[in-house]
Amino acid sequence: MSTTAIQPVPFGRRLKRFMADRPLIPLIILLVILVVVLQILRPGIVNERWLANTIKFAIPLAILAGCQTMTMLTGGIDLSVGTVATMSAFIMATQVVNHDPAVAILIALVPAVLIGLVNGIGVGVFRVHPLIMTLGTSLIGTGCLQVYQRTVIASGAKIPPFLAWLGTGLTYGVPNALLLFVPIAVLIVLTLNRTGFGRLLYAVGDNEGAARLSGVRYWQVITALYVISSVLAGITGLLYIGLIKAPSLSLAEPLVLPSVAAAVIGGTSIFGGRGGYTGTIIGALILTVLTTLLTILQMPEGARRILFGLIVLFVTAAYLRIIEDR
Amino acid sequence: MSGRTEGGAVERQQERFWNESNAILTTNPLLDATGVVKTYGAVVALRNASLSVLPGEVHALMGANGAGKSTLVKILTGAIRADAGHILIRGEARDVRSPADARRAGLLPVYQEPSLIPDLDVASNLCLTDTPVEAFRAWVRELGIPDLDIRDIARDIPLAVLRVLDLARALAVEPDVLLLDEMTAALPANLAERVLEVVRRQGDSGRSVIFISHRFVEISALCDRATVLRDGETVGVVDIEPGVEERIVEMMLGARIEKTQRTAHQASQAASPRDSRPRLGVANLRVGTKLNDVSFDLANGEVAGVVALEGQGQDELFAALAGSIRPSGGTIEVDGQPVKFAHPADAIRAGIAYVPGDRTEALTMQRSVRENIALPFSAALRNWGPISMAQERSRVVSAIERLQIDTRAQREVQRLSGGNQQKVTIARWIAAEAQTILCFDPTRGIDVGTKQEIYKLLRELADQGKSVLFYTSELEEVQRVCDRVIVIFGGRVVDVFPVELADEPALMRAAYGLPRGVKVDVGILADIHSSPVAKP
Repeated sequence: MSTTAIQPVPFGRRLKRFMADRPLIPLIILLVILVVVLQILRPGIVNERWLANTIKFAIPLAILAGCQTMTMLTGGIDLSVGTVATMSAFIMATQVVNHDPAVAILIALVPAVLIGLVNGIGVGVFRVHPLIMTLGTSLIGTGCLQVYQRTVIASGAKIPPFLAWLGTGLTYGVPNALLLFVPIAVLIVLTLNRTGFGRLLYAVGDNEGAARLSGVRYWQVITALYVISSVLAGITGLLYIGLIKAPSLSLAEPLVLPSVAAAVIGGTSIFGGRGGYTGTIIGALILTVLTTLLTILQMPEGARRILFGLIVLFVTAAYLRIIEDR
Repeated sequence: MSGRTEGGAVERQQERFWNESNAILTTNPLLDATGVVKTYGAVVALRNASLSVLPGEVHALMGANGAGKSTLVKILTGAIRADAGHILIRGEARDVRSPADARRAGLLPVYQEPSLIPDLDVASNLCLTDTPVEAFRAWVRELGIPDLDIRDIARDIPLAVLRVLDLARALAVEPDVLLLDEMTAALPANLAERVLEVVRRQGDSGRSVIFISHRFVEISALCDRATVLRDGETVGVVDIEPGVEERIVEMMLGARIEKTQRTAHQASQAASPRDSRPRLGVANLRVGTKLNDVSFDLANGEVAGVVALEGQGQDELFAALAGSIRPSGGTIEVDGQPVKFAHPADAIRAGIAYVPGDRTEALTMQRSVRENIALPFSAALRNWGPISMAQERSRVVSAIERLQIDTRAQREVQRLSGGNQQKVTIARWIAAEAQTILCFDPTRGIDVGTKQEIYKLLRELADQGKSVLFYTSELEEVQRVCDRVIVIFGGRVVDVFPVELADEPALMRAAYGLPRGVKVDVGILADIHSSPVAKP
């Protein structure tokens, strides 16, 4: 907006069009506002340590929200990411007692691939609604994990030191988790914008019939998508246990709905065909800062959740108003 | 029927005199619609339609594709409301606001699509419409289905029987005016015969029937008069008598009859050396009940037109060639090799691209022009990797330039005009260098300028040796684009014209299943009149 050429278009309309073409800008503005409010409420809180902590906690959410972004682009959703992350974390932590960490990680990712495959075939071939399909595999996965827990109860669990380093460590004040996250984020963004597969995700979500007429085989795209989503969720689980350091049967479950919210706030349409990952990353940051903000307000848990839900609703509605240029 | 001027006992007397002297005028029309107008935005569906049905009459409603038949029917039955016009039922002005209103007024339609709710059994469906069950059963037997169990779920009943049940359900409430839309389509011959017989008797018992059909044979056997629509206007009401087909065809075509413009096709015939082996060979192709037996060849460098009235199987033909649906019989050969398409991807690999008539079926509306054009590149598994942006750009840009697509709003295809959207659907396959393009009514609903560009483009493609199969609902396009015309009627190829002979009247006659050349005269009609369904 540096050039202020005089046009017969009213300023509001021009601003809207500007925002619609650059949907990230209102999100960044919102994030900055939240940080400023936090600093006003608790002067001095925004420092290097806070920043590192926020990023550390935002990263697992952002990767899971990446799974939601990609599935939502096709008009789907992946509610099994929480279970898959929990499973891979729990299996890795128990297997690492008897195996080399690399082997333990590979074993831990097997159920992730399997669940992704089942999701993909269910949605892509048998046309089960993604919500139902992933909810179903999520419940089955949780059940299997409970059975598995009985068999390993004696062996105990531990967390490999390098995962703890990756999850919590800082190097010159920069969270080590970025070492994992930056490549993943770049990969997702490039996949969505610069690969055939990414194009197909958008195309299938926008108009499945048109994609079919162009020669796209729906089941291939969907199966690959849900496997990728599940593997990403499995990796998130490994990172998350390095951060939380306490394996449990509901480790990553609380991240599932926020991951959907982060993608929606980031401008990805749940109806498919529209959105991108950079918005989602900012969405995840917004949600993390918002959580901190509500925590320091020292409200009762119930009130905090109510406020959280209201803010998410309001932000999403307002954001869609701004970027949708009709 | 008579000009009702202010008062005037003399005039009224005169009228009475006329009425008594002329049998057909003694009765006032059961249904009298005049000056009906309906517009959708800038599109005028009905300009000035009228329809007058006398008691005891079977009245045909005729018109070419897009003449406004369906719109008029929808207005009469309360499905949509007219912008202007009067509808009198038994001489009383009625404001038909809903199908229920029409039903109360004694007007009942039977549409082409079965209207029973698929998940309910027949008895529950009858309950929904308050249909007397005994009368319904009687009519079902009468119509040639002796063993119907009304507890059968509608979903499990074959289509032909469902249509008969629809008719029986309508007959059971004894409507004054029964409106039948292509009633005999999809019916086997024995059922069709019973249906026609019942319709005929309906007329004899003093009730009226409005009969919409593309089949002259049925109309001449059954109907007393016909109203002909053209471009949303009633252009004539004729008595059905031997030889009237010619007049009806003329009325449907109107002034267009002598207007034939020829364009570049002569040049192409010299330019394209015809391969002895056809690009696409179709033999005895069948799809479900709609497409019965279609055979033709499409040569390299040829634009073959397909002309058919609505619902004659052309949709199924194109879908089968595009790999969207599987044929139930027959063979398709590409360059002499037999092929079977299980998915559009198979057809595309064989170089066959399909441009559907409805743009919204082909485009991803929220995505950019570039992504839409490039979509087929990414489809195959081996192309899922990184895209060479520069290469893609040059291919897309050359296709955009070739079609002169207005790219000012290229970020989202939904912001483009209809004509530009249509160009994108074609540009996609030019960029993908498809060898054979199946265009289904590509100029529907777009502006004249863009239409011309599309004609020119299709000709150019043919001159480069590509093959185009071109279905059009506008007959005049045939002369502008095609080398040859295939006419389909009732799911069969009824005629193939070289373009020189394909003037509009000839095409129209063929599309209605009338024989070529010879003036239709008493000959065929005499046969029909002596058949069992003929007038008594």
